[in-house]
Amino acid sequence: MLKVEEQQPVEFSPALIAKFDEIVKRYPEGKHKSALLPILHEVQAELGWLSVAAMNKVAAYLDIQDVEVYEVASFYSMYFLKPQGKYVLEVCRTGPCCLVGAEKLMGHIESKLGVKENEITPDGLFSWRGVECLAACGYGPVLQIGPEYTFYENLNEQKVDELIEDLRKR
Amino acid sequence: MARKLLLEHINVPGINTLDVYREKGGYRAVEKALKTLTPDDVVEEVKKSGLRGRGGAGFPTGMKWSFLAKPEGVPRYLVCNADESEPGTFKDRYLMTHIPHALIEGMIVASFALGAKTSYIYVRGEMMPQIRILEKAIAEAKNAGFLGKNILGSGYDLELYVQPGGGAYICGEETALLESLEGKRGNPRIKPPFPAIAGLYGCPTVVNNVESIAAVVPIINDGGDEYAKLGIGRSTGTKLISASGNLVRPGVYEIELGLSVEEFIYSDEWCGGIANGKRLKATVAGGSSVPILPANLSLKLANGEPRLMSYESLSEGGFATGTMMGSGGFIAFDEDQCIVRNTWNFSRFYHHESCGQCSPCREGTGWMEKVLHRLEYGHGKMSDIDLLVDVAKKIEGNTICPLGDAAAWPVASAIRHFRDEFEWHVKEPIKSLDTNYGLANYAEPIAKAVTTEN
Amino acid sequence: MSDKVKVTIDGITVEVAPGTSILNAARQIGGDIVPPAMCYYSKLEGSGGKCRTCIVKVSKGSEKDPRPMPKLVASCRTTVMDGMEVMNITSPEVIEARSGVVEMLLINHPLDCPVCDQAGECDLQNLGYEHGLQKTRYEFERRTFERIDIGDKIQLHMNRCILCYRCVFTADQITNKRVHGILNRGDHSEISTYIQTAVDNDFSGNMIDVCPVGALTDKTFRFRNRVWFTKPIDAHRDCPTCSGKVTLWYKGEDVLRVTARKDIYGEVEEFICNTCRFDKKKTADWVIEHPTVISDTSVIASNHYDTLKPLPVIQPNLKLQQANKVELEKTTKF
Repeated sequence: MLKVEEQQPVEFSPALIAKFDEIVKRYPEGKHKSALLPILHEVQAELGWLSVAAMNKVAAYLDIQDVEVYEVASFYSMYFLKPQGKYVLEVCRTGPCCLVGAEKLMGHIESKLGVKENEITPDGLFSWRGVECLAACGYGPVLQIGPEYTFYENLNEQKVDELIEDLRKR
Repeated sequence: MARKLLLEHINVPGINTLDVYREKGGYRAVEKALKTLTPDDVVEEVKKSGLRGRGGAGFPTGMKWSFLAKPEGVPRYLVCNADESEPGTFKDRYLMTHIPHALIEGMIVASFALGAKTSYIYVRGEMMPQIRILEKAIAEAKNAGFLGKNILGSGYDLELYVQPGGGAYICGEETALLESLEGKRGNPRIKPPFPAIAGLYGCPTVVNNVESIAAVVPIINDGGDEYAKLGIGRSTGTKLISASGNLVRPGVYEIELGLSVEEFIYSDEWCGGIANGKRLKATVAGGSSVPILPANLSLKLANGEPRLMSYESLSEGGFATGTMMGSGGFIAFDEDQCIVRNTWNFSRFYHHESCGQCSPCREGTGWMEKVLHRLEYGHGKMSDIDLLVDVAKKIEGNTICPLGDAAAWPVASAIRHFRDEFEWHVKEPIKSLDTNYGLANYAEPIAKAVTTEN
Repeated sequence: MSDKVKVTIDGITVEVAPGTSILNAARQIGGDIVPPAMCYYSKLEGSGGKCRTCIVKVSKGSEKDPRPMPKLVASCRTTVMDGMEVMNITSPEVIEARSGVVEMLLINHPLDCPVCDQAGECDLQNLGYEHGLQKTRYEFERRTFERIDIGDKIQLHMNRCILCYRCVFTADQITNKRVHGILNRGDHSEISTYIQTAVDNDFSGNMIDVCPVGALTDKTFRFRNRVWFTKPIDAHRDCPTCSGKVTLWYKGEDVLRVTARKDIYGEVEEFICNTCRFDKKKTADWVIEHPTVISDTSVIASNHYDTLKPLPVIQPNLKLQQANKVELEKTTKF
């Protein structure tokens, strides 16, 4: 349970609301709660994570109780309930990727970025974490970076270094 | 070259666009079905084809369709399960990335057969690029009149939508997927009622895997009987196999069911053997949930006959000496891989992915992971091995959904076949941290293999 | 077609209305063959199926389709069919699976019964006595959470929770707003409000009554007394919000707590409002009816332990005696 209530107010842009309206149309009358997962993805893509204020606003938009949003957001692993780095490197840590060196690669990322799993680099640019199978087992090791979830396959230390440098320059 | 039905045109440049897909004969199945067949005809063809669900359970697709309840005035739904998350499986990603229209064409034909007016493709959230690809392809198909109102003048209307998941393996279970599609936590439902009676929004629903839906296209084009001629016995047709692990050429392959496991691993047409000149230690033939087999049992049945890539042959011998086809996630382990570590890794996966709704799975998966972690990191006890077998047994069969079984089987099978290696981890706690046990001493993979005791 | 269906549970046949669950059919028979239920609650729609303690073996599906069901099923969510045959305590497989479930429920439970207000009327405690092992095989740190107050009258002690979801259904179905729910997943799941909000409405106190363990307790009764030292008396009052039918728990002259009246399966007969529960603690507030009927096997029934007797069906059968060994040993101990 959050001890501190962060009341950082959140505004959704008209463009974002328009996206919500579009999403809700996919479902039959009265079944708009179905839009919750896609809407949370849109909010996270815009804000980087899901604050309580943002989730409450989504609840208000869908006319459901706040706790229903918390329940869903905390169930699925893709939603961040805490602020993250601008780029979150999510490395697959499951069996097949480990057979081809995913664990070693995670060690490399840790030392390269100088922060532990789920921590943010001081410049706010990066955080990283191990995630479960990304369904790309034949191309391991792999990592993905949101919010577009771009995939990077057949990785090695050199490729990861290049990727990080590349992201720094962006 | 073996016969390909799904991936025949995979290397054609631009096959992801509607134009090229049509040039290669795409959307013929939609035209044939909507113009010349009744919905029941389509169901009949799929039944004749003998197609079995490609998501893991292997339940006959045509039969699943015929169970769909059709009460008056209640909408019916088709939902495609593209929540591909089983470790070792990545065929659906491949198919959606490269030939998205194959899935969309299959969805139109299948929706027509089931009388669904709205259908959803539930794609795991991590596959955002594939979601964009599908959305683009759907827009193309709609522009060309294959979706929307009165498709090809047949009077049949269909809207097709893509729904992203949020990151949860459990949503591959069909009722958890439906819960998630309704905007809820992915807790599997208690069955009965089955989705065919009360599925999405309480309406009759069919949930099918991506590959099953795509396979409907060649079945309609060539006829169910033609499809059934491929394959072996009750394993008809072709199957996409995701090959990963220590192979020379991992990747997605379309095989005709009945190919021998040995040929699949070692032939240059397929995986090309074990990488770096090493020897095969073990395989997991159908995705992480199915029992692991040592090399000898992977290639041969207990009676010495070759093991084939088919539903029946892979499960020959039950769990004592066999495994399962599952979703076709074929993982190969070379001689330097540690079975204890891999079992712990899989067990961590199931612990992480348990929804937490029912007690045996919620508590048991974590317990197994902790014991395996202890064994892997040199703090294990001999009694831990039997404890694991017992905990696995207490989860298996006692849970709401099959995730409990999926978590128990890899642990139970690893101990069944590699008990020596687990015991070695207890006896040699320091040594096991940086060296590997090597091949199991009874698992003779190929004639020249010898036991490597470190 | 007759409008009743016949089902046989542990050799005892009963006729029930179509659509009845195996568990409710067993409750109509009564006695030892009733499977224990930790998450099912007949008054809460959608409850059940989760804890897996009520699993039974269906050895014959129905008259029409006599095939047995392949797996053990949750009796609370499986509907009886005409001619169905069910094995509960006569099946060694069920007994073993059930003790497995109990073990799972206990591995992360703090076993702090000596300081838990629920002790003496705790379903998990009873289940543990019946099916639990003498010692734990779990050697890892248990999952722990901070204690939190949800509202000024209810304390949530998440460590003890078995995630039965009953309190969530209660909030959904008998209150006007739900502010707590299940957060996270797997063994990190917890009952929580996520942010600091009070559960505040007229019927929130019922969450305490439906909780099968000591996870939700009445703060006004906290550490006041052990339940077996208190005397339950049925009483009622003219309440504008609820039925006003309650049980008062007395110690000497004082009413220490007020709860809804519960049936023999621990389910409340009628939900009561917070005013009756928390604010009416004087005898003068109530019309006293009579002492509450408490089961002989309950510790609340004055420290009176009855000898356990094995069922007739078990006596002549060696295999069943083996399966119920622990139980039978208890009978000789007393």
